[in-house]
This record gives sequence, C-alpha cells and structure tokens, in this order.
Amino acid sequence: MRLFKDAKYRFIEARKKAYVLSAAVVLVGVGAMVINFAAIGSWQVYGVDFTGGSLIQVRFDAPMDVAVLRAALGGAQAPPITEFGEDNEFVIRAPIAEDRSITEVADEIESDLAAALGAEAFDVVRTEAVGAKVGEELQLQALYAVLFSFVLTLMYLAMRFELRFGLAAVIATLHDILITLGFLAAFRVEVALPTVAAILTILGYSLNDTIVVFDRIRENLHKKGARKRDQIELVNESINETLPRTILTSGTTLAVLMALLILGGAVIRDFTVVLILGIIVGTYSSIFVASPALIEIQKKWGLGKTGEKKKHQPATV
Amino acid sequence: MFKTLRGRLITVLIVTLIAGWQLINKGLKLGLDLQGGMHIVLEVDDPEGTMTAEARSDMIDQVVRIIRFRIDEFGVNEPLIQKVGAERVIVELAGLQGDEDRAKEIVQRNAYLEFKLVLPTTDMDNALSRIDRSIVANLGIDSIRAMGRDVVGNDQQALQDLLFGGRDTTSADAEADSTGATSEEAEADSRADDLRPFSSLLNVGDILGTYLVAIEDVPTAEYFLSLADVQRAFPRDQVMQWAEDIEARGARNYKYLYVLEEDPFLTGDLLENATAGRDPQFNQSQVQFELSRAGGRQFSQFTAQHVGDYLAIVLDGQVMSAPVIRDRIGARGQIEMGSGTPLEEAADLALVLRAGALPARIAVIEERTVGPSLGQDSIDQGQVAGIVGMIMVVLIMIAYYRMAGVLAVSALGVYSILVLGSLAGIGATLTVPGIAGLILSIGMAVDANVLIFERIREELDHGRAPRTAVDEGFGHALSAIVDANITTLITALILYQFGSGPVRGFAWTLSIGIIMSFFSALFVTRSFFLLYLSGKKTTDPISI
Repeated sequence: MRLFKDAKYRFIEARKKAYVLSAAVVLVGVGAMVINFAAIGSWQVYGVDFTGGSLIQVRFDAPMDVAVLRAALGGAQAPPITEFGEDNEFVIRAPIAEDRSITEVADEIESDLAAALGAEAFDVVRTEAVGAKVGEELQLQALYAVLFSFVLTLMYLAMRFELRFGLAAVIATLHDILITLGFLAAFRVEVALPTVAAILTILGYSLNDTIVVFDRIRENLHKKGARKRDQIELVNESINETLPRTILTSGTTLAVLMALLILGGAVIRDFTVVLILGIIVGTYSSIFVASPALIEIQKKWGLGKTGEKKKHQPATV
Repeated sequence: MFKTLRGRLITVLIVTLIAGWQLINKGLKLGLDLQGGMHIVLEVDDPEGTMTAEARSDMIDQVVRIIRFRIDEFGVNEPLIQKVGAERVIVELAGLQGDEDRAKEIVQRNAYLEFKLVLPTTDMDNALSRIDRSIVANLGIDSIRAMGRDVVGNDQQALQDLLFGGRDTTSADAEADSTGATSEEAEADSRADDLRPFSSLLNVGDILGTYLVAIEDVPTAEYFLSLADVQRAFPRDQVMQWAEDIEARGARNYKYLYVLEEDPFLTGDLLENATAGRDPQFNQSQVQFELSRAGGRQFSQFTAQHVGDYLAIVLDGQVMSAPVIRDRIGARGQIEMGSGTPLEEAADLALVLRAGALPARIAVIEERTVGPSLGQDSIDQGQVAGIVGMIMVVLIMIAYYRMAGVLAVSALGVYSILVLGSLAGIGATLTVPGIAGLILSIGMAVDANVLIFERIREELDHGRAPRTAVDEGFGHALSAIVDANITTLITALILYQFGSGPVRGFAWTLSIGIIMSFFSALFVTRSFFLLYLSGKKTTDPISI
C-alpha cells in the first residue's frame, strides 16, 4: 500500500490561507483566555496542582445527585463539585483557606460528607492537597522549561541546519503551544500536571515533525544548483516527498491515542484529548507554519551563507 | 561483531535478554496515580526566615532519618523517603490498602521538642477572671450561652471533693443558677462580668502547675485557648499547654493543663541522643539523654537554679512528661520514670526525644492520596487501551509495509522490552505523565521506521537494486532521525533539570524511550532487514 506517492500539492502557495486560519484559531484561543480571565480570574482553569488547594474525589455505591452533595457541603457555600466519568463519582475542589492547613480542608470535606450521607455510602478514591507555594513553583518551572528548551533547540538547529531553520521551528512550536492553550481555555479543560506533560509531548512531537520536513529541505538544498532554484518550489517538493511519512506517522500515533481515548478511562481522558489535538496541530504546523516561516525569513533576510554549504554525509551505523 | 549479521543478531538477543530479565526480575514500579498510595511533600516551616539555608538543609536530613525510622516501624513495602533540593522531603508510600489515615498521621506527626519550666498556677489563677472576661467580650454572651458555658462562679471544688473527700459543701451548683437566668436576658447581660466560661472548666491539679480538665470539656477549653485575646490575657511570659496522656480519676477521665514558661530554655536541636534503660539498683525505668556541648552548658546553668522545680518535656505543643529536677544536670542526664513504669514507656519517651531533636517545625506542603480502587481502574483500562493501541500499530505497519512492516513490528517488540527493561533496571516509576513520555517515544520509534521505509521505497523508485536501496534508505533517513531524536532529548533533559516529580518521570521515560528507539530503528530493524535479505539474491524484489 502507498499513499500520497508523487504528491505535488502546492502547500506554500496556500500559506496566506493558512496564516488566516492559524491567526483565527489563535485569536479565538486568546479570546477564550481573556473571557476566562474576566469570568473566573485566571487565563486557564488551573487545577489544584497550580493554584494550590484541596481536591477530593468520592465514589458512591449508588448514583448520586450533585444537588444532594452540594447541600451536604454547605449549600451555596459549597466548594465546586464536578461529575467524574460516571454519575456516582464526583470531584470536589476547595481553594486554599487562610486559617487552615491544606490537609485539614480535605479532611473536613470528607467528614462533612460522612456526617450528611453516612460514611458507608462512599469511598474517597483520591485526595490532593497542594500548598500555594508549590503551585506557583510549578507554573514557573513549566515556563522556564519551555523557554529554555526553545533556546537550546534554536541553538542546536542553527548548528545542524541554519539559523533560519531554528527560528522557523521555534515559531511553529510556539504556534502549537498557543493553539493548545487556547483550546484548553475555550473548553475550560482543567490544567493539571498531566496536562503539562501533554503540552510537553506536543512540543516534542511538533518539533520532531518539523525537523523531518526540514531535514528534507536541507538535503534538497545541498543538491547541485539548489540555491539558485525557486525556494518555494524546493520547499514544496520537500514537503511532498515527506508527505507519506507525515501521514503515516501521524495516523499511527492518532490511532494509538484514539484507543487510549475510548478505552483509557476517565483518569487520562482530558490528557488524551489534548494530545490528539496537539498531534493534529503539530502535523499541520510543520507543513503550513514552519515551512512557510522558513520562506518568509529567507525573503526578509536572504538565504544565508550560501558559500558555506556543508557536504551532506550519509552516516552509517 | 556489529558488522556481521550473526554478530548483530547475537547483540540484539543479548540486549533483549538482559532487558527482559530486568523487567521480570525487578518489575516495573507503578506510580501512585496508577496503583494507589500516598505522596507527601514536607518542608521546614520557617515563615520568618530565621534559619540559615544550611540549617534548614541539615534539618531536612534529620527529618528524612526520623520519617524513615517511623515508616520502618509501620512496615510499608519499599517506601520512598527522599530529600529533594535542599529543603524538602518527599515521602511516597505506594499501595497502601486503607491505611492512609494512619500512615498520614505517622508521617505528618511533627517532632518539635522543647524543654519548658513548669510554673506554679498562682499567677494564672489571678489572671483567670481576666481570661473569662476576654472570652465573653470576644464571643458575646449569646454564643457562650449557646455553648452552655454561661456559668457563674466556680465549680473547681467538685474535683477537690472527688480527690480529697468533701471538705466544703458551700459551693453552690452554679449551673442551676445560670439556667434560671436564661429567661431574664437583661439580667444576664449585666452579669456578663461574672460569667466564668473558662475557669469553670478548670479543676485544681494534683501536680504543681497544673489544672485538670474533664475530657469532655477539653475541646471547649482548647477553643477558648486558641483565641488570640485569651492568649493576651495570660500572665506575662506564661502559656498553658495540654498533657498528652489522659488521667483517670474515679469514673471520669481528665487531661492535665500545664502552666509553663512561654520560652523554652532548651530545644530539641541541642539534644544528641536518648536511650531507654533500667536502673538495676532501684529497678526503675529511665531515659538517659545526652546534650551537645552548648546544650549541656545551658542545661547545667538552668538546672542549678531550678532544683526541685518541674521540667516539662513538650513535643509539638503537648506535654509528654514533666519530671522533677533533682540536681544540677550537665550534658548527660537521666529521666527516672518511677518504679512502676514499664520499660516500653521509657523507650517511647526516648524515641520522642530522639525524634524531637529538630530545631523547627515541618509543614506539609503537598499531599496526594489515590485509593487502591481508582489505581486499579486506571491499570485495567490503561492495559486494555495500551494493548489495543499496540495492535493498531502492528496492523497499520504490516498492512502498509508488508514484510518490512513485520520486521519493523518485531523491532518495536524488541524496543518495548528494552524500554520497559531499562525503566525497571534503573528503578523508575511509571506514572501517567510517564506514559505520555512513552507514547511520544513509541511514536518516534514508529516514525524512525517509517522514515527509513519511505526512503527505501524512494530509492527503489529511482531504480536501485533492493539491497542498495535498503542501504541507501537507512543512510538517508539517518540525519532526520538523529536530529529529531537529539532535539527531543534536549527537551527531555531540560525538563528533567527544571521539573520535579511527575515532570521528571515524563523526562525519564522520554529520554530512555528516545535512546532505545534510536537503537531499535537503526540497529535492530536493520539487523532484521539484513536477516531478511540474507536469503535473497541481490536482485530479488523485497516486500515493502
């Protein structure tokens, strides 16, 4: 079987449309973040991992009404309760209370529930209590990690390819992360630790995808007379040559993720959704963002040092 | 030996066997999010920043030892007790089955030891009416009435009667008086100054510097004592602290409430060691303790001035014991427990002293527990999803690449054993973020194979002979695979550097996954390809 053999799509020519599409999606995402900021006071729905606070997940033996649960926890003053997967399982989130320790808050929720509904009626399947400081640190760590990996990736690609390749790859990755964050904001997916892992995975995948296309561009650039050719044509050719690989790899990864989504259960559902989105966006961006970015950079600043072409050396193992 | 086909296959076999053996032998540890258990992060509680960074770090080392000691007593399999950075301890207890509460208590139990002087209650007695008034002013007469503490007068006498026989029967039943007053609130207001919400809970203690409080009144008294205004109403430099033990007097249970000097004259950090023993001469249980040089000087000076006074050993705000000071004590001393005391009690006190040798409190800054049922669900569902996902990869690869797909799938099988075996070998823990890392690296392993096969197909399209096409395909795909893997490896290493806990788990699995995928695609797949080609003539077509 062979898909997209000898494809000759004119991807780069469609870049203006892609820019509009990307800009629109990013804008919707940023808009969602702004709306979130106005409505709930933060760009994203951060989980207790980030904000600090207490989370307690309870599973009842029989289906349970959220209203009953809410009443048991103080009616209007009850902390936010969300259903988790089934109608007998709930997640209760309590913010940090100034006068009590994080663990006391969780214990209190448990004892309130036991008092109102009976200790036998439910099991506590998960509790999380995170201090405010830990949450802040996590946000900073995630930010530093992403920024630092951008810098080093840029340096590595500048060394192995050319500086413009590094810049274009970072732009594409940034694009993917922005869209993912926008998606999280728009659907108010809770941002917790696994979500961070998912975003980092997207970062890795997107880079991988971009580098495969760039590798082909680099190779074609090393061919005789390549620098004198129409660069748009050369990039198009490279994308088309790698297209079968792009489709097959993305398709296989998506197939695995769909299995996780459908069969993996509620614990990893959010996580899988973010990954699926990221794979789609990452594949799109390596073709429609990274490669055009390369062209744009070149149009603005030229091709770079054409004299110093490194001879491509096929290595062996 | 890597050059010949046989050498290659033997290498693959040996590496796979080693990894498989690691996996079977050590097994893969599952994280708390997958198998249930408890994760706690502790930190030195030093809000004013009075300790040096070095002191905090030293203290954390001590905390690690103390918690390890306690957990060993508790008997959890393979607990993880680890210092992270300079100032934190992570405690992970995996696979607890319903023992979370006890384990939590054991880990979180603070161990802040102070030695304080027990003071006679004289000053405190005089301050009691001031304390009562501040409670009334603070809470309002209505809420005090609601608590049933709108008591006039003092019923201390009741205990005196109980302990020493009736001496005085003139003390009126104060509660009867007050219930009469509820109907006349105006009168009650005017008598606000006469209310004794707190002091009426106190009975004269039979040890110097103590009160006795009936066990059912302890929560109320504790609540009153927690009010800031009440603490301000205490005599200067004096505090009240509860004893740990419950005392039986007749049919009722009581707790001692000690009056202590506010500032400890010695804290646990100056204590070096404590051991329990038995004095053979008097057959008494005793605890011998050793202080540091500085502690010894301090202690000796202090005890010389206070012979005959009582010394409260306070652990985390609770009085554990209050022996009398018999003589001046230097760097070495002993606490005699009385002849009736069993040795275990002395051993407990020694443990308290040893464990309490911390200069400050520790605070829980993060706690996660996952019940075993949730963990089990995750495993079950994750396994099914993982197997189905794997089957899909196998089907796609074989449908698309035929024989080459079979070779790739075999190489991916080897890859899986290598990754899981390495994770088992280094004792890594598999968590949900770790699975994300695995998925990414499996994706990259598949990708590497796809890159190679597409290249081989292109070379075949260019009319190269199959064997040459295979060589060229591997050669041309190499640069893309190398660059993609190294960039991702860079990201993984940065994550490891910046991240903590779960992010590190992700970084670990990803790094190992990438290294193994590199090996798997370029060495294992190639070896299998060579095996496949070895039976063919150079010009025979290949199935790809």
